[in-house]
Amino acid sequence: MSEPILQVKDLNIKFSLRGRVLHAIRGVSLDIHQGESLAIVGESGSGKSVLTKSFMGLLDANGWVDSGSIIFEGKDVANYKTEKEWLSIRGRKIAMVLQDPMTSLNPLKNIGKQIGEALFLHQGLKGAQAQERIREILLDVGIEDPQRRMKQYPHQFSGGMRQRVVIAIAIACQPQILICDEPTTALDVTIQAQILQLIRNLIKKYNLTTIYITHDLGVVANIADRIAVMYAGDIVEIGTCDEIFYAPKHPYTWALLSSLPQLGRKGEELFAIKGTPPNLFNEVAGDAFAPRNPFALNIDFKERPPYFDVSPTHRVRSWLLDERAPKVEPPESLKRIDAQGGSLYEFG
Amino acid sequence: MSLADHNNPREALIQVKDLHISFGERKRRFEAVRGVSFDIFKGETFGLVGESGSGKTSIGRAIIRVYETSGGEVLYGGQRISGKIDKDLDRRVTREIQMIFQDPMASLNERAKVDYIVAEGLYSTEKNLTRLQRQARVHEALMDVGLLPEFAARFPHEFSGGQRQRIGIARALVMNPKFIIADEPISALDVSIRAQVLNLMSKLQRERGLTYLFISHDLSVMRFICDRIAVIHRGLLVELASTEQLFRFPLHPYTQALLSAVPLPNPAYERKKRPLIYDERIHHYENNEPTWRELQPGHFVLANDEEARGYEDRIGAVKAAQG
Repeated sequence: MSEPILQVKDLNIKFSLRGRVLHAIRGVSLDIHQGESLAIVGESGSGKSVLTKSFMGLLDANGWVDSGSIIFEGKDVANYKTEKEWLSIRGRKIAMVLQDPMTSLNPLKNIGKQIGEALFLHQGLKGAQAQERIREILLDVGIEDPQRRMKQYPHQFSGGMRQRVVIAIAIACQPQILICDEPTTALDVTIQAQILQLIRNLIKKYNLTTIYITHDLGVVANIADRIAVMYAGDIVEIGTCDEIFYAPKHPYTWALLSSLPQLGRKGEELFAIKGTPPNLFNEVAGDAFAPRNPFALNIDFKERPPYFDVSPTHRVRSWLLDERAPKVEPPESLKRIDAQGGSLYEFG
Repeated sequence: MSLADHNNPREALIQVKDLHISFGERKRRFEAVRGVSFDIFKGETFGLVGESGSGKTSIGRAIIRVYETSGGEVLYGGQRISGKIDKDLDRRVTREIQMIFQDPMASLNERAKVDYIVAEGLYSTEKNLTRLQRQARVHEALMDVGLLPEFAARFPHEFSGGQRQRIGIARALVMNPKFIIADEPISALDVSIRAQVLNLMSKLQRERGLTYLFISHDLSVMRFICDRIAVIHRGLLVELASTEQLFRFPLHPYTQALLSAVPLPNPAYERKKRPLIYDERIHHYENNEPTWRELQPGHFVLANDEEARGYEDRIGAVKAAQG
């Protein structure tokens, strides 16, 4: 595997809310490799957005890195305090695409100007040079007739086209890392498929490293080389795309997969995870998933499991992988992922 | 031509006939729904799938009488409920047709307690209830959706997304509805909670014989929950079939494009998938207008003569290949 471009080591992030402290990221370690596409999967509140925001100094004002490090280009950016320090990275080396293109764009400026701003701010490009580059980028993100389109305003674009504009702004400065936070959640399926195709093309063309945040496992299967599954501020399982879909080991990953309607059979109950995620205002004892885990062992309630290596690329934080643990079988419906190698439907 | 399936013995609870819905006046008039007809049978889950702007939500809102129709009619149990109707029927429809909304974070009144949110419909339709009777109905509805009666005294912000969606469902159930319109009821929810809500909807249908109109853009979810599916594109139905038929013989190119874009949790499939793009220019309707045709029992598609022949050949080929 290639060099890590960004290394997270034992990261803890906390927020202060109404006089109480919320432990949002609980000791996450993660290497992100040059050129890979890493997906971070988890439910709302699992910490997936907070984790990636900390790479760009975008934590809310009441949040802080409590301990641990984020090494990027030899420097520990977890120690960055000032906006000036962050601006050397944010947008320039690490860029972000957010879920809702309407709120990421300024409705009062034409899109050429908005892309131009990024070019001027980070690369000092102006005038004809900037214009030329803007046209180039718009074509790259699949917006035809850039000369005319660059003078238009966000409301003149459809949802999918707006998301292309947001992506154009993000890649304008040729960042090394592109963070996509649920970029297709607000889009229709056909448009989603096109945007995913676009992101894959850009990854190749710009040699991007991407971190893709989503709760949609169908999208993940499409875009990811590697998948990290987050639960309650922790990565509970990480592996290659195939390892996570075809040989998942953590009961939470099983639960996530088997609750998908895509794998359900009509007339049968879908697998549903009972209960709710733990309250991170309280310190979590043992395995955070234990209270909802039908396979939980006694030790799960007392001691936090370490990572067990399943393969050189596949690590799982669950006591079930301990050699003394009883052997358990994943839910039946997961076998349908294999059986479904084909599609949901058949063409005549 | 009536589009209802006359050979089918099933009883239609809802009949939508040549429905038109438009917005704006004269020059700025926009037709969101351009002549849509379908029946929803008693006890079934009828899916309406389409993309944003296709008119699927407008149809739901026209059925529940939030939007006015600009043409055609909607029948409920054989009685017209679109346009002007008498008070008694209005009150009955208000009670018997309920809606579940997409975003439980936005659809519940933040300033009201759950008690009031769930009971709200009762205040206007069942004015004779005493406070205790109303309370009993609320508690019953909360328990039906798997929540505790004591939750009635709390405010919406005290609940998680999944619990809030249950409150939204309880609010519909308290009216003892016969027909529920669910407009993207799980799109805003987390994956694990989606399963809970889908299971709950199926359970309630089994227990109470409810009829659902399930509006969504996600065919993979509809495959799991719907008995029949209608595909809508820019205000027109392009295909309508049983779920099995639709997935086995998707005929209209737009249906195929939708199906080809559905993301599946399977990397091997996703790697080789090539989403189709639907381009209306592939139709040649200049000389031969498309009509709504039944190409096999219960399977309707919008096609002209030439397309219909092609579709029939394809049905034959699929049947031959699959035996």
